[in-house]
Amino acid sequence: MSEKTAITLHINGRDYAIAVEPRRTLADAIREDCGQTGTHLGCEHGACGACTVLVDGEPVRACLMFAVQADGKSIRTVEGLADGDTLHPLQQAFMEHHGLQCGFCTPGFLMLAVGVLEREPDISDDDLLDVLSSNLCRCTGYQNIVKAVRAAAQQMRGNRPAR
Amino acid sequence: MKPAPFIRHVPKTLDEAVRILGAVAAEEGRVLAGGQSLVPIMAFRLAKPAHLVDINEIAELGRMSNDGKMLRIGALVRHAAFHKPVVDNPLGHLLAAVARAIAHYPIRLRGTFCGSLAHADPSAEWCLVAATLDATLVAHSTRGARTIAARDFFQGIMTTALAEDELLAEVRLPLLAPDTRFGFNKFSRRAGDFAMSAALAVYRLQDGKMTDVHLGVGGAEPSPRRIPEAEAVLAGQAPGDTVFRAAAEAAAQAVEAMEDHQTSADYRRDLVRAVVRRALEQSA
Amino acid sequence: MSTQSKGMSWVGRSIRRLEDPALVTGRGYFTGDLAAAHWVRFVRSPVAAGRIVKIGAPESAMVITAANLASVKPIAPLLHKFNYKPVAQPILADGVVRFVGEPVAAVVAASEQEAEDIADAVVLTIDETAAIVDGRAALAADAPQVHATVPGNVIVEGAHKTDGFDAAWARAHRIVTVEARSHRQNATPMEPRGGHAAYDAASGRITLTCATQMPHLMRTAIADLIGMAESDLRVIAPDVGGGFGQKMSLAAEYVLLVWLARQYKSSFAWREDRRENLIAGFHARDQYLTLAGAFDADAKLIALKADIIANVGAYSCFPTTAGIEPLMAMAELPGPYDFRHYECRARGVVTNTCTIAPYRGVSRPVNAFGLERLMDKAAAAFGLDVVEIRRRNLVDRFPYTTAYGLELDEASYRQTLDVVAKAIDLPAFRARQSEARAQGRHLGIGFATFCERTGYGTATFVERGMAITPGWETVVVSVDQSGLVEARIGASPHGQGLRTTLAQIVADELGISPDMIKVVHGDTDRAPYGWGTFASRSLVISGGATLIAARKVRTKLLKLASHILEAAPHDIVLEDGTAKVIGTDRSVPIATLAHEAHTQSHLYDGIEPGLTDEGFYDPPGTFSNACHVAIVEVDIETGQVKIEKFLVAEDAGRIINPMIADGQVHGGVAQGIGNALLEEIIYDDTGTILTASLADYLPPTARDVPEIDMHHLTTPSPNSVTEAKGLGEGGTIGAPAAVINAINDALVAFGVTIDEIPATPQRIRAALRNLSSPSPLWGAEKGGV
Ligand SMILES: Cc1cc2nc3c(=O)[nH]c(=O)nc-3n(C[C@H](O)[C@H](O)[C@H](O)COP(=O)(O)OP(=O)(O)OC[C@H]3O[C@@H](n4cnc5c(N)ncnc54)[C@H](O)[C@@H]3O)c2cc1C
Ligand code: FES
Ligand code: FES
Repeated sequence: MSEKTAITLHINGRDYAIAVEPRRTLADAIREDCGQTGTHLGCEHGACGACTVLVDGEPVRACLMFAVQADGKSIRTVEGLADGDTLHPLQQAFMEHHGLQCGFCTPGFLMLAVGVLEREPDISDDDLLDVLSSNLCRCTGYQNIVKAVRAAAQQMRGNRPAR
Repeated sequence: MKPAPFIRHVPKTLDEAVRILGAVAAEEGRVLAGGQSLVPIMAFRLAKPAHLVDINEIAELGRMSNDGKMLRIGALVRHAAFHKPVVDNPLGHLLAAVARAIAHYPIRLRGTFCGSLAHADPSAEWCLVAATLDATLVAHSTRGARTIAARDFFQGIMTTALAEDELLAEVRLPLLAPDTRFGFNKFSRRAGDFAMSAALAVYRLQDGKMTDVHLGVGGAEPSPRRIPEAEAVLAGQAPGDTVFRAAAEAAAQAVEAMEDHQTSADYRRDLVRAVVRRALEQSA
Repeated sequence: MSTQSKGMSWVGRSIRRLEDPALVTGRGYFTGDLAAAHWVRFVRSPVAAGRIVKIGAPESAMVITAANLASVKPIAPLLHKFNYKPVAQPILADGVVRFVGEPVAAVVAASEQEAEDIADAVVLTIDETAAIVDGRAALAADAPQVHATVPGNVIVEGAHKTDGFDAAWARAHRIVTVEARSHRQNATPMEPRGGHAAYDAASGRITLTCATQMPHLMRTAIADLIGMAESDLRVIAPDVGGGFGQKMSLAAEYVLLVWLARQYKSSFAWREDRRENLIAGFHARDQYLTLAGAFDADAKLIALKADIIANVGAYSCFPTTAGIEPLMAMAELPGPYDFRHYECRARGVVTNTCTIAPYRGVSRPVNAFGLERLMDKAAAAFGLDVVEIRRRNLVDRFPYTTAYGLELDEASYRQTLDVVAKAIDLPAFRARQSEARAQGRHLGIGFATFCERTGYGTATFVERGMAITPGWETVVVSVDQSGLVEARIGASPHGQGLRTTLAQIVADELGISPDMIKVVHGDTDRAPYGWGTFASRSLVISGGATLIAARKVRTKLLKLASHILEAAPHDIVLEDGTAKVIGTDRSVPIATLAHEAHTQSHLYDGIEPGLTDEGFYDPPGTFSNACHVAIVEVDIETGQVKIEKFLVAEDAGRIINPMIADGQVHGGVAQGIGNALLEEIIYDDTGTILTASLADYLPPTARDVPEIDMHHLTTPSPNSVTEAKGLGEGGTIGAPAAVINAINDALVAFGVTIDEIPATPQRIRAALRNLSSPSPLWGAEKGGV
């Protein structure tokens, strides 16, 4: 074991002061050191996207970042998506369109979709399909995930304050 | 699947980074850029660097500039920076077209152009771009800075001309003439996978003829490179199906195609033929 | 189902899943979410075959090897038939290693990374011996022997020949042959396997939380191997991130965790990483299937000859054994086709590769692929279209006993075919196809008609000769005094939405809404003994048992209500959480009835106290069916296949929740597409695995799966009390056949055939490149007899 470094992760608006080895991945730190186990690990080599979280608004593979690199950054995970008891439109859409079965990939897909739609609200359907092909789901065959994200995208556009 | 322990260094300036790298290189010290190639390799413990020089906090390396001749891309410029054209020049459009084909959106938000070159995967799109456009790479070490031509930089599968204490600080790509045409085609099993073959065709169209032809192929040989045999077929000709096919055939014949358990050299040549023709068709 | 005077039935509606709110908010609870005092990392064999000379462990490290496990029995499932040769799999390799990835030692440390650091430092000295990797090659006289107890490497062999087969064969007008090869796959659930065993000091019991599809059988098996009282072990299957069969078989790793927890009175956890999952988490579908069909002059199949070689890997999986693939193939190969004569030889062959275990569809994706290729080839040989050949050969009278002896219940084989044929407009497609061909684009269409045996009870497993015969299910339904209902089930869903569909069944019986019903599963302390979730069984069998239990509770509620409301039971309806007398405003809440049943039982003569009843169900099995159609475009320059369209006409009897049913089909088809085009576990000749990451083993992404056009037919099953048939595996069974037929159709002008899955671009190009040497099969077919 090597030396641990003290860092602070701001996850969903809360500060977690933790001490981690430099080799600790952000995904492991979120799960193990901060107890936020909604973020999942499906491959730990960047291939499945189950670990996707937002770091300073950008959807990233949390298994390919070290926790020390996220020190002081703002992190959003699936646990922070709902506003109290009000689910995020994406969460709602995943339930309505049956965009999940076992639910293991779901947090990753939700965070990927939130990240992209917040950054590019007017993304085309085809580009959205490209983005959604970043992550793997073994249960749904994707059709309902795509449907859910498209439906939520529409709704999120509708909710956007007029400029 | 957890990386082996390492000591992390977080320089704030290029000089500091180079100094640290110089000190730790001999003890299995490595640069950490976007981590999108290095971290998976560490997760499999195929690499166990004892030191990582994390360059993510070096603001000066995040810069991109253009002096009217060259686009200079700093070591921290990420793939996603190219999603939209970065310069109002055919080069900006070329880079945007290629960037979209690299990996996946979240990976493009982290992975860096220079990291891709330093990693030197034979299939990497940026390596193909650098080789095709005769990029100049700028390496820094405690011994000073030196420039390396792309043609000399790539030396085999994941092997480059960089010494272990050198940091690739910048890559320079020549801006392209306004009459430049380009086409890019990639073949991979699934969207976002590494190319099994890719081609980039760039030329100027002057008086209806192709001149200054650069035709690069990646993923077929241990390093991407320009294929002079194919360029010769195209130079001075008007774009068209017959000449494109001839160039594609020349490229397929010219490559020393890599083989593996699944993929024969014949198949790889089939792919080269297809991607070269398609890149050329797209350019026209 | 109960008929209610008014109010809508819950069954048949696409209500939202009760599982979802927790899962979309990150509150799901998976095995890997548990903290543990100790973490286990397995040191795995880097070679396919060899004798262990030395396990060199760093000093002071805690490293468990076979030497520590003398008291633990090896995993050695039994089959009493089919010349089965038992093999024993030690929990940790005992002197010999038989595949790359086999656990050789277990390192225990305070964290996962430390355990991995130590495992990294363990030096294995293994005397390598010759390995055999390919199932067909393993049959050669001089092939290395994987187990001393399995001479010739044939671990199980089934044979079947109908009386009068030879005479029927001799009458053939034409013989059509197929040599199908299915390469090896991995089910690849997104959550790899994992377990967590914890010792409870107060009770002395162990709780094993693990990603399993069969919690009760895990308890039985692990207790037996370790030699502990079964009641001292509690097994919990929490949220499980997909299984698809892979999480049904007993993992040796779990046995070790329980042993450690017992031995050291603490908690021990293991999270399988993706590499381990790909190399050692069970494989499937590695088969050679040779078929010859004898057709009469009207293109009617009269006899089928089959030879099945199933590479079963190094050991025999528990509980289904190495017989699972070859024997399932032998029994179910005839599929939905009407022919009387069948000769089959099915062998399971051991090799130095990862053990084969059930994966969604078990053999039937390979069977359907072979048989549907046979139909298409026959169509070509007879100059018929691909729909017509099937129409002539599909079973259309029920019940029908297949040439192997299975009884097919009422189904819609021809109707599903007709529905998709009409939807796709075959003549219009043919016109489009020839136009495209003129422009150098190669489109093809492929059909696959198949049936899927689902919801089968003990009789089927007895027939297979399994020492352990699963099949039945028990469900306990109880109403508590607040009016909430609990259904405790022995099935163990992991993504199928069973908490919702079973609640829908109970809701209709008891007249309350599904969100008042909790389906409890996956905990051996809470759920009645049961067999878990596999083989498209849960909705049929657990659903049937649920219905039976709920009906008993309903009868009791009506009796109680009849006392209180002073009305005849048949004048009372249960709806909106109350019992009401029809046509009056007299009613009593179900909660009140429950309260009475528990606390005032002395008032109700002749009614047993409490409101708990048990349902038991052991059905004979029912066949659901479907027809899949794929339209593909083959890029002949690169060999890449793009699926343009995919249609499914599905008949799974009565559908409890259409949204969930469609989801099962979508997911199944996606896996079938992966099987057909992308996914392949590859070993080199020395048994080294070349596909140990998700950069090399390629499940389909959202870009690879087209939108699926679904059509529904409903043939309620007389063999199922809910009239529902299972459909969990169907998507996976039909899709490879449809896709491969479509690829062959696209390439018909070239005269090449692709009878190999996955049909990778490399394989397709190789076939096209070798155009000059015509396929021998092509010649044989043209020649006929
Ligand atoms: C699922 C997946 C799919 C992918 N698909 C593609 C694809 O289709 N095409 C493609 O091109 N790439 C693909 N990649 C790789 C990705 O583009 C990487 O980002 C890129 O190859 C490396 O860049 P990086 O900044 O992440 O480098 P890192 O991972 O940080 O480093 C890679 C290597 O380069 C060295 N290095 C990095 N920067 C420097 C420097 N400035 N000076 C000296 N040495 C340096 C490191 O020490 C290391 O050895 C994929 C990755 C994943 C996980
Ligand atoms: S766990 Fe991070 S991409 Fe799979
Ligand atoms: S819902 Fe199971 S992996 Fe996506």
